Amino acid sequence: MSNDVDNSRRKFIAAGVAGTAGLVLAPGVTLLDMANARPAGEAASSTKRWGMLIDSTKCATGCNDCVTACGKENGVASTGHPETDPQWIRKIELKEVKSGKSHSLPMMCQHCAEPPCVDVCPTGASFKRADGIVLVDRHICIGCRYCMMACPYKARSFVHEEHDDQNPDVPRGKGCVESCTLCVHRVDKDMEPACVEACSAGNHGAMLFGDLNDANSEISKRIATYATTQVRADLALNTGVRYQGI
Amino acid sequence: MINPAKRRSVLGWLAAALSALLLAGVMPATADDEHGAHSGHKLIAKGDKCVRDEDYMRRNHMKILMHQRDETMRKGIRGSQDSLKNCIECHVNPKTNSVASSKEDFCMGCHSYAAVKLDCFECHSSKPKAPAVGMNPIVTPEQKSEGNDKQSSLSGKMRWQMQAKQASLNMGEGVK
Ligand code: SF4
Ligand code: SF4
Repeated sequence: MSNDVDNSRRKFIAAGVAGTAGLVLAPGVTLLDMANARPAGEAASSTKRWGMLIDSTKCATGCNDCVTACGKENGVASTGHPETDPQWIRKIELKEVKSGKSHSLPMMCQHCAEPPCVDVCPTGASFKRADGIVLVDRHICIGCRYCMMACPYKARSFVHEEHDDQNPDVPRGKGCVESCTLCVHRVDKDMEPACVEACSAGNHGAMLFGDLNDANSEISKRIATYATTQVRADLALNTGVRYQGI
Repeated sequence: MINPAKRRSVLGWLAAALSALLLAGVMPATADDEHGAHSGHKLIAKGDKCVRDEDYMRRNHMKILMHQRDETMRKGIRGSQDSLKNCIECHVNPKTNSVASSKEDFCMGCHSYAAVKLDCFECHSSKPKAPAVGMNPIVTPEQKSEGNDKQSSLSGKMRWQMQAKQASLNMGEGVK
């Protein structure tokens, strides 16, 4: 079982290189914080708050690597109806009218600390996990789409068509609302989200994933050092996804 | 693995239970073997025993799954032996690489007999993560496990051996 692999990997790493933080084991397999890696069987805890920092100055217009990787990882493919295709992450182009300076940046669920999508959900399907990841529990979602209207970032989509080609780690189907899960199934295995992995693999280095609660994490250090932005900070939602360079 | 003796005794027990029910007039006399919920249901499984007693599972698997569903979804507790993914890994039909694509498959075998609609697979994949090994005649399991599946080569090989053994059991014994 993959679980056993995980465990033995953890033991091996712990025995061999205890004390070294953030070790890359193989492409895509990064132990983010070994001292605090969550053992299988233990619940996600609020000692962590997962977040992402996106440096839009490194994001090229036309680059779609993150979007492609997300679709592949989560089985979100075009159904041939672009008007209603679910969208977990999209690239948007911003242009400052006066200077003509343009930005191209990925936009997805911002994993708000005060998520409006959770506030409005009549069933409790839209919820925030202890570690800050905002999810839809499809077992309970009735597809009313309230959350889609409440989200200021247009992050959620309704699934209009039946699917039978899901990734076993990412169940999804007709009649429910869905959005970026921060690749929760990967995060739970100490891996980075697929978009972040693809961004580094393409040598763009525009996306950084980590624990906002840990003052020593790379993401916290960067946020402490550089000017970063929360999109629509005026709404005071305390987003988990931050931007640099906009 | 289910060894032949154990298999025979389980089947024997099931047959006895079914005939007892028939005698008591609880079951319609027309219930045929193929669709008899328990007697005809092929126990597709790779391991030698289920996570709980078979009898218990027949009645309570939905409760176990429901409990684990909330643990995983809400708290992020993964890798439990009670996860749906774990059920699928073990009960997948090597012929269809699914647990629910036909009445031959593990879940549908009972659910179609009992006429209980199954919603799980509208969202969940009914296939295991790794395709059932040995399905592709061009790539031998050895090649497969040596090539693109380095990390789990051993488990891949072991799984294939278990499947092959299961297949020969199925052929030798029949399920009548
Ligand atoms: S970005 Fe939208 S969907 Fe994501 S947590 Fe905030 S309100 Fe909810
Ligand atoms: S669509 Fe689902 S998740 Fe969104 S508000 Fe309605 S029930 Fe809640």
